[in-house]
Amino acid sequence: MNNWFIRFLSSSIGKKLIMSLTGLFLITFLLVHLGGNLQLLNDDEGKVFNLYAKMMTTNPLIKFTSYGLYFFILLHAVQGLLIWAKNRAATGTKYAVRKKSPNTSWASSNMALLGVLILVFLGIHMGDFWFAMKYQVWPNADLGNEMVKYTLDDETVAKVKNLYAKVNWSFSQEWIVIVYIISMIGLAFHLWHGFASAFQTLGLNHKKYTPFIESVGKIFSIVIPALFALIPILYYLGIRWPFEFHFI
Amino acid sequence: MAEKSINIKLKVWRQGGKYGDGKFETYDLKDIGTDMSFLEMFDVLNEQLVSKKESPVAFEHDCREGICGTCSMVIDGQAHGPMKGTTTCQLHMRSFKDGATITVEPFRAKAFPVIRDLVVDRSSFDAIIQAGGYISVNTGQAQDANAIPIEKDTSEKAFDAATCIGCGACVAACPNSAAMLFTSAKVAHLSIMPQGKVEAQKRVEAMVNQMDKEGFGMCSNVKACEAECPKEISVENIAIMNREYMKAVLGADPERK
Amino acid sequence: MPLVAPNNKRRIEIIVVGTGLAGAAAAATLGELGYNVKCFTFHDSPRRAHSVAAQGGINAAKNYQNDGDSVYRLFYDTIKGGDYRSREANVHRLAEVSRDIIDQCAAQGVPFAREYGGLLANRSFGGVQVSRTFYARGQTGQQLLIGAYSALSRQIARGSVEMFNRHEMLDLVVVDGKARGIITRNLVSGKIERHAAHCVVLATGGYGNVFYLSTNAMNSNVSAAWRAHRRGAYFANPCYTQIHPTCIPVSGEYQSKLTLMSESLRNDGRVWVPKKKEDCKKDPREIKEEDRDYYLERIYPAFGNLVPRDVASRAAKYVTDEGRGVGATGLAVYLDFSSAIERYGKAQANMKGVSSPSKAQITELGEAVVKEKYGNLFHMYEKITDENPYKTPMKIFPAVHYTMGGIWVDYNLQTTIPGCFALGEANFSDHGANRLGASALMQGLADGYFVIPYTIGTFLSKEIRTPKISTDLPEFEAAEKAVKERINDLLNVNGNESVESFHRRLGRIMWDNCGMSRNKEGLTKARTLIQELRAEYHKNVFVPGSNDEYNPELEKALRVADFMELGELMVCDALNRNESCGGHFREEYQEGGGEAKRNDKDYMYVAAWDFKGENTDWDLHKEELEYNNIEVKTRSYK
Repeated sequence: MNNWFIRFLSSSIGKKLIMSLTGLFLITFLLVHLGGNLQLLNDDEGKVFNLYAKMMTTNPLIKFTSYGLYFFILLHAVQGLLIWAKNRAATGTKYAVRKKSPNTSWASSNMALLGVLILVFLGIHMGDFWFAMKYQVWPNADLGNEMVKYTLDDETVAKVKNLYAKVNWSFSQEWIVIVYIISMIGLAFHLWHGFASAFQTLGLNHKKYTPFIESVGKIFSIVIPALFALIPILYYLGIRWPFEFHFI
Repeated sequence: MAEKSINIKLKVWRQGGKYGDGKFETYDLKDIGTDMSFLEMFDVLNEQLVSKKESPVAFEHDCREGICGTCSMVIDGQAHGPMKGTTTCQLHMRSFKDGATITVEPFRAKAFPVIRDLVVDRSSFDAIIQAGGYISVNTGQAQDANAIPIEKDTSEKAFDAATCIGCGACVAACPNSAAMLFTSAKVAHLSIMPQGKVEAQKRVEAMVNQMDKEGFGMCSNVKACEAECPKEISVENIAIMNREYMKAVLGADPERK
Repeated sequence: MPLVAPNNKRRIEIIVVGTGLAGAAAAATLGELGYNVKCFTFHDSPRRAHSVAAQGGINAAKNYQNDGDSVYRLFYDTIKGGDYRSREANVHRLAEVSRDIIDQCAAQGVPFAREYGGLLANRSFGGVQVSRTFYARGQTGQQLLIGAYSALSRQIARGSVEMFNRHEMLDLVVVDGKARGIITRNLVSGKIERHAAHCVVLATGGYGNVFYLSTNAMNSNVSAAWRAHRRGAYFANPCYTQIHPTCIPVSGEYQSKLTLMSESLRNDGRVWVPKKKEDCKKDPREIKEEDRDYYLERIYPAFGNLVPRDVASRAAKYVTDEGRGVGATGLAVYLDFSSAIERYGKAQANMKGVSSPSKAQITELGEAVVKEKYGNLFHMYEKITDENPYKTPMKIFPAVHYTMGGIWVDYNLQTTIPGCFALGEANFSDHGANRLGASALMQGLADGYFVIPYTIGTFLSKEIRTPKISTDLPEFEAAEKAVKERINDLLNVNGNESVESFHRRLGRIMWDNCGMSRNKEGLTKARTLIQELRAEYHKNVFVPGSNDEYNPELEKALRVADFMELGELMVCDALNRNESCGGHFREEYQEGGGEAKRNDKDYMYVAAWDFKGENTDWDLHKEELEYNNIEVKTRSYK
């Protein structure tokens, strides 16, 4: 273990840095993912969304990034659990009485629990959509003449799977909708602490800027999961955008 | 300061001797003056126990002025009790209500093993300081004190970190039993001052490594340490330490000894 | 001064007992020099020694303020402040090295207060007319000790110092007339251990806790020094006790500890009591200016509120004796910041360009300045008393704070036992009959950093051929046996009264008869009372538990036993000294207005007491004091 890099990554601060950097990467991913998801709200029978889904699974750059993403999710999760285990080992007998300090959020001391919740959700979510998209047979999307403006050739058009149909079906299931809502609440709490915490771990704490980072973190942690959760709710209720929103 | 008196029920952790691996023992105390300090209340309890030829509660204390950092109790779930910016010895009974049940436990962390009752071993803190919490200057080597001007605000900032009394409340308060606030306070104190910058990189690396070795947990930015620190040391110091550590390990020559 | 060569230093072992400013500084410096040091503290960490509690500051003749300070001025002030009862040579050396201390501490990273230009700030302390006190907010002692502790930690890491925490020295081992080791008790396991070295350095602090109530830490004790005394080290001037004028008054019977409010408060606070007795119970804010007696300013116009501690304490005693004391017990005087707040407020308003500021504005601005200077002290006062000192004057009263007396040492800080040295508050040498504010930190660090590392060579240069001392020597065995017997005796008394209760009783005898003022009758009575109490102690004390465990009651029992013996010696010394000087005030010897009346003809000497055995009188040895560089005068602060 003499290599400086390994030594660094195995130190407490190194481990926390991994959590921070992967966390920040996942935060940016959330934005991208949300952008795509919002296509679902277009009242176009999923045309734009299906195209988006197609691009996400075929574009080489995105494919490459996605492997990075899987790796970072796993790293974030595994490292997080290891830290949790190490921290549990470091604490002695549990206090009989423990009073929460006014400046600590519930989320901050339950990050591992929230993380596991999100990980379980990811499993369900991937099984539901990613697996369906990749390995299941769903009728191809009917893209109609619309596609001309996206300059796709006939062959590609024929191959676009109708993930929209799958979404539509899933979000008509009550339990799936409930799972999504609960998970997004979990994500909100995870971000409530995680967003600003990532900056603190990076050493970015400054009297001038930290309050701003904290506020952005709090807004982010509410708005982003809320928008994610909005989609299954609206689908379940059968509501769509009254206007067209094209992310791509 | 109209003196009142109150009756309380004290639930105290006893460990060692006939109590073995430890359990809570409950004591009723009558007519406790509210101007009494929390430790004086314990003195009263101990005198009562001794008069009954029972073993008194072991607790650590020394200066009773809030500066030596010896006293170490978790009172009703808070290190040093309910009053902000206050050590146990400076806490007074006026902070408690008549008829209250007060639970008193030792600082709990694997790196702070209990010696007896409320007494814990905090030598892991000394080990962290020994790893590098100093400026390497032998006696007699110093230049004139005014040869190193330090901007007032910089000096004040270093002071805010240097004010740490090494009591261990940060570890006791931390759900992860991390010693980041303690370690970072020393790292920040010395790395902010120009005198300490010379060996800042070596210092932070050695101190963090020692901290890890001592079996403390890892910071997850819960900030309970900051809230329960009797000297109200800011978690900004932890960010400073993180910065210094990354700079040291990632930036320095790998050959550095 | 003889030196020891580096190759020989490597072969020599030194024991340092105590890790306060003097002990930590000595252990670190001796380690740096290459000696093998073993360092002992009864605390869980060297950083907890009671030096941490010093608030106000540390003196040094830097003359950074260009106000006429010099080494000679500091030397002069210290001798005069000590009422011409300290040794001239030692004090001059102290003044010389005072400047190096500040340099050393600044280099260690001690965050001293600074001016906006980045240079060091100073403030004034009692008994001097210059501003030479360096400070670090209200926790100078803490910061200086962290400096010494970190230097010590560095040596521990290097292996040149072996650190023994939670070890209490219970005896000194003397072999062939030389100090060669100590017997300690491991406070966790109770194990009695032998430690040998070529010489022993005691830096074990003062004995103010003999009074039970004092500003000393709860565990501060005389035992290490007392055991050395019993082994042949003379004890000098034990009756010189400093009563500090600005402490928070006693609030109740249960009280275990008094808290000091830094003397630096007297820079800006004005001390007063009501002129009329009937005003004493009134709200102080309702007492009109003309009905207040700012007695220090009235009696001592030249120094005003900044007279030395003994003078201020005695003045407080007189006004309360007259029945003009305030507070519930009538044993308190006011320390008032309202005029400082107003003065600072006006200056701030001026600086900030506030034209015709309102009274509320001035108060607000002034309070901010006072807060910056003394915030932590005010905060501490409020925590203890539940009163807001910004709005209502503080109540203060004198309390035992420091002991100028201690083990007799020569110029090299060696006691009368060759190879046994005493540093800091544990020795007697520098403060005479009264210590000036901010001088204790100076002396502790001077002894530790700059004196002992050189003077120890006078002894060790002759020991370079002495092989490692063995702990199997019969002297070690005998000392260990004696310690075990002492412990067993105390445990076996199995009486009915707690150690604490005996200590409280001893404290009352001492305070009533050997406190702020003493007289022959009281002292004579006190000696008998102490002897009786001691006999009773060994018949009726109850020490719970056993030796083989963590047992704070046993620790205390051993310490109180030694305090009782010391108490008797203090009384003897006070009886012997038929004069008033500094902290020693004999009612029979005073001048008009209650000023101390010295007797230089008969008592200009250090009283060094030689222990001759239990229940036997001590032998008195006199060290005549000669002043060649200073004119001996009656001390006047008027």
